[in-house]
Formats: sequence, C-alpha cells, structure tokens
Amino acid sequence: MPLLEIKNLHVEIDGKKILNGLDLIVQAGEVHAIMGPNGSGKSTLAYVLAGKADYEVTEGEVLFNGENVLAMDPDERAAKGVFLAFQYPIEIPGVATMTFLRTALNAQRKQRGEAELNTPEFMKRVREAAAKLSISQDMLRRAVNVGFSGGEKKRNEILQMALLEPRLAVLDETDSGLDIDALKIVADGVNRLRSPERAAIVITHYQRLLDYIVPDIVHVLSKGRIVKTGGKELALELEASGYAQFQEAPVAAE
Amino acid sequence: MAEITLIKNPAEQQLAAEWAAAKAKLPGAVPLREAAFERFAKAGLPTRRVEEWKYTDLRALMRDAKPLAPRPGADVFAKLQNAGAELGDLEARRIVIADGYLAPDWTDDNAHDPGVTITGLFAWLTEENLYRLNSLPEAARSDIAVSLNTAFMTGGVVIHVRKDACIEKPIHLAHVFSGQAAAAIYPRSIVIMEPGARLMLVESFEGPDGVDYQVNTALQIFAGDGAHADHIKVTREGDKALHISSLMADVGAHARFNTFLYTTGGAVTRNQLFLRFGGEETVASVRGATLLRGKQHADTTMVVDHAAVGCQSREVFKTVLDDQSRGIFQGKIIVQPGAQKTDAKMGSHALMLSEEAEVDNKPELEIYADDVQCGHGATAGDLDEDLLFYLRARGIPQVEAEALLIQAFVGDAIEGIEHAGLREALMEAVAAWLKAR
Repeated sequence: MPLLEIKNLHVEIDGKKILNGLDLIVQAGEVHAIMGPNGSGKSTLAYVLAGKADYEVTEGEVLFNGENVLAMDPDERAAKGVFLAFQYPIEIPGVATMTFLRTALNAQRKQRGEAELNTPEFMKRVREAAAKLSISQDMLRRAVNVGFSGGEKKRNEILQMALLEPRLAVLDETDSGLDIDALKIVADGVNRLRSPERAAIVITHYQRLLDYIVPDIVHVLSKGRIVKTGGKELALELEASGYAQFQEAPVAAE
Repeated sequence: MAEITLIKNPAEQQLAAEWAAAKAKLPGAVPLREAAFERFAKAGLPTRRVEEWKYTDLRALMRDAKPLAPRPGADVFAKLQNAGAELGDLEARRIVIADGYLAPDWTDDNAHDPGVTITGLFAWLTEENLYRLNSLPEAARSDIAVSLNTAFMTGGVVIHVRKDACIEKPIHLAHVFSGQAAAAIYPRSIVIMEPGARLMLVESFEGPDGVDYQVNTALQIFAGDGAHADHIKVTREGDKALHISSLMADVGAHARFNTFLYTTGGAVTRNQLFLRFGGEETVASVRGATLLRGKQHADTTMVVDHAAVGCQSREVFKTVLDDQSRGIFQGKIIVQPGAQKTDAKMGSHALMLSEEAEVDNKPELEIYADDVQCGHGATAGDLDEDLLFYLRARGIPQVEAEALLIQAFVGDAIEGIEHAGLREALMEAVAAWLKAR
C-alpha cells in the first residue's frame, strides 16, 4: 500500500477551480519534488493535504496509509503523521515557542495513545534538534516566530518537523527567501529525516533546493494537474528550459 | 424650584425602605450618609440616559434591592477562614470581610509589620478624619453607586502605611458573601499611604452560585508623593450576583500606581475606576482582564484624571466573550489645563468567541493641555483562523488551540503584574476558566 495516494483530486476555492484531477502516488521511503509555475496549484495541494478549511474538494480522494484523509481534522492528520512546513510560517504573539512545541508534541502523542514526554526528555530533544538547525536558546525563549527573520521562521518549521517526526512531510517552498547557508541547514534537516518508513513532498519553484535534497521523483504541476513525471534530471531540464512548454496560455498570479 | 417626581421602581422603593429602617442603626458618619442617600433619592438608580451608565442600565438590571445583610456571627467567620485562599499562595496577610463586616473579635496584629496599621473602618472613624470618606475624585462625587455605598457602608478596614515604609507582605482583603438567602452588602475600605510608602493590596470577591445577592463595594486609596501602590482585584462572585465596585484613587507626585482588575464571576459586574493623578511625574498602569460566558454582563468604566505635569498612564483592558455575554469598556482620560507632558495610552481589546456575544467600547479623551501625547485604541474580533490552522496542523486539537490563543490574548495583560505568585495564580484561573468551556 502506498503511503499517500491521491486520485483524481479536484479542488476549488471561492468557486475557482485550482486542482483539476490530480493523481499522485508516494511510496514510503521516497522523496518527491513538485515543481511548477506560479498559480499551478502547488500551495493548494499542500494546504489540502494539511486540511485547511477554505478549500473545497469537489471530486477525488486522498488516502494516507489507506485511510481517507479528507474526512479528518487537521490535528488528526498531524497525529497520523502528516506535516506541512508552511511557505509563510505565521507569528503567534503570546504563545511561547517551548509551550507550543510541547503542546503539539504531547497532543500528537496523546492522540496516538502514547504517554506524554516528561520535561527533561522534552528539553533534551528540543535542545538537540535546535542545535543541529543553528536555532539559538534565545529564539526558543521567544513567542512562536515573533521577531524571527524569514530564514529563522523556515528553520523553526524544520525544528518542528524534526521533533514531530512525521511519516509524510510536505515542504511548501521552504527554500524561498533562504540564503545558501540557511538552505543547506534546512536541507540537512530534511535529509536527516529520510528513512524507509518516511516520505517527503518538496514543493519548489527552483531547482536549487534539489541539489541538497535529492528527489527520487520529480513532477511538473500545471493548471492543477501533473503534466510530467521523471527522475531528478527532470528538475535540471526545467531549470534550463523553463515552464513555458507546459503552459498553453498565461497563468493568473497566485 | 421645579421638582421632577420620579416614579420609583421596586428596587428604589426597597432602598428607601431599607434606609428608613437601617439609618438609626448604621454606625457613624450620619450627616455623610444622609447627604449621600439624598443624592440617590433625588436621582434614582442610574439609567441608560446617564452617559456613564449608558450600557449598564442599573434601574432596569436591578429588579429589586435586597435587604442589608446582617452582621455574621463568629461561627460564620470560623467557617469562612479560608475565603480567598484558593486564589493561590500569595504569602499575603489575609483579612476576611464577610457580608461587608470584619469578624466581631477582629483586631489588628501590629506585630507583623510596624510600618502599617490596620483598623476597622468605624473604629478608625473620628470627627477629624471623617473628611477622608468625603474626599472623592470629582467624577465619583455625583455617582449614585458610590453614594449608595456611602449611605449604607457597614464596614471594612483602613490601612495606614507610614512614611517610607515598604510593606513586604501583600495585604489581601478577602470579601465573601456568606448567606444562603439574598442580601445586599456594602463594604468600604480606605488605604492611606504616606509619602514613599509601598504596599500591595489584593482584593478578592466571592460568593455562592444560585443566590442573587448584591455587592456594592468601594475602596479609596490615597497615595502620597513617591508612594508605590499595587492593587489587584479579583472578582469571582456567584453566578446570580450583582457586583458594583468603585475604586477611587488620589495619587501624589513621583508615585507609582498599578491596578489590575480580573473578573470572571457574577451575573452583572460593574467595575468603576476614578483615578486622579494630582502630582507631577507619576507613572501608572491600569489594566484588566475579563472573561465572560453565558449571559454574563460586565462593565468597566473608568475616568483617569491627569491633573499634573508629566504623568504617564497606560490603560489596557482585555475581554473574552463567549455565548451571549456582554462586555463594556468606557474609558475616559482627562488632561487638565496645565498638565503638560502627559503621556497616556489606552487600549481596549475584545475577543469574541461566539456570534451572539456583544462588546461595547467607548474610549474618550478630554484634553485641555497642548503638549501631550494621548492615544487610544479599541478592537473587537474573533480568533484568527490562520493561527488556529497553524496550531491544528501541528496536531493541537481545536479546543486546545483556542485555549492557547485565548491565554495568549489575556496573558498579554496579566504578564505585566510584578508579583510572580499572583501572576501565576491568575494564569491558572484563566486556564481553569478555559477548561470549563
């Protein structure tokens, strides 16, 4: 059974069709890259997988480990192992980063019927994960993402991912706004999580990130469906030739 | 002189009858009580036509006036000795005031701190210091709730802090309504801080659910030059109670004045603040958090009078409204002529958890000086869907995600409280409120 199976997915927002019969199969152990021009539906796919309310699925299904994900609440999906690294991580004033991490981790453990982590064990895990991502103790003391730079916010997403250890990580343009050093730190964080039980979908506009997170399979998304699938060399091809060949008409901005 | 004859409602008639029956027995301050009752008799209970009571029409809300609560016996006080204690370990000197009275055998134990004297209100009251009861900020003088408190006041304490004395232990006035049957209680307390004195005063109010008792409490604070006063009021009355509170403070120069009002209980709560900064360079913080559910109604109405040069005040009130509750904030900042360099900022923010909740925000600035910095902001909104989604996408269920955001919203006001024990106690109270959602 595939880890993720998307069949003929149609999605609208405010009556506007974004995804038009998207099919995708991700096996455990694989890293998929999804590339495509602005407005092709990349972020919509990420949000629909995570369960954002504004999107209406009009047709098709999404199975995660054989279970219908679309019927689940976002927190239920997270507890099952779906993780979305947001393109624009938001600031949560007044909620301390440590409180947030701990609440999230323990909420997931609780939903899975596991015991809560005790404080020393939790602190140890956070410290270790933070050190690998060059996240300072000072950042951990602040409210979630408040006063963080763009790059710090992205690293904070990867920290959450490292702690929550999802089965499927969906990274929505995690590379945008990162300089080359930060890009390497983030890519290392993703690579550390690679294992035969896990999978990742890396959504990106540019090939650059894929030099560091080398995908098994690359897809091109255009107008809400996958129009081409290939190996990692497809990303290099796209870098050279651009997306124009997949677009019959100009695409409206996202 | 043309007299307007008011048609009295049952509550007004009962108050008049109560006055006639009780006035001979009420201790002390007779002329003051009489004058105060006269003000009420002329004006009647405030209605929405009185601007300060626009959103809390007391005449409509008070169907009847309860009889004056009798003085509880020693047995009642013995049972209530832990009143207010569940607020948390404040390491405070706690004085229980039941039904508006001190315990019959209550005496001040001066040994605890020579810098402070605590006396029963009427034991303290003499001809010479009677004027204190009548020294009210201007806006409080004509207020009918204050007048009714003055007319009927039954007891309370007078806390006198000597010059430059820093009172280490907070003093906690634990007010409690003891009765099974509805009654009205009128506590009145006074705090006199000599120059340079420092004191933290906690007031708590509690009572049983299911009894429609009425509380009309008043506290006067006189803070001298260089004094540092911290006041925290925690109002968790029973679910049927009507609670009216008037805080009147007269603050001198180079002083610090901090007050925080935490309100969750009661059917109807009205917190009035009349603050006057009469000396230069005083710094004040006036804040509060109110959490309401069901059909609760809570009104915070405040007049902050900047009457001297260079004072700074910060007013921040946060209200969380669930179900069909209603929250009101009326805040008026007055900058008197000559009170140059006043720096006052007021904010009132409401978080609506239900489509049926209502909030009324009325900030006002009255500025008679030209070199000042004054501002106000008022917001009302519901929980941010994007924030909720972010939390839920990390596995935090809806209810817990909402709780985190509500705690953050309220915590923003609470975290400024200096006393760590009290800050934690209030955050725990918020968590308990959220758990009961």
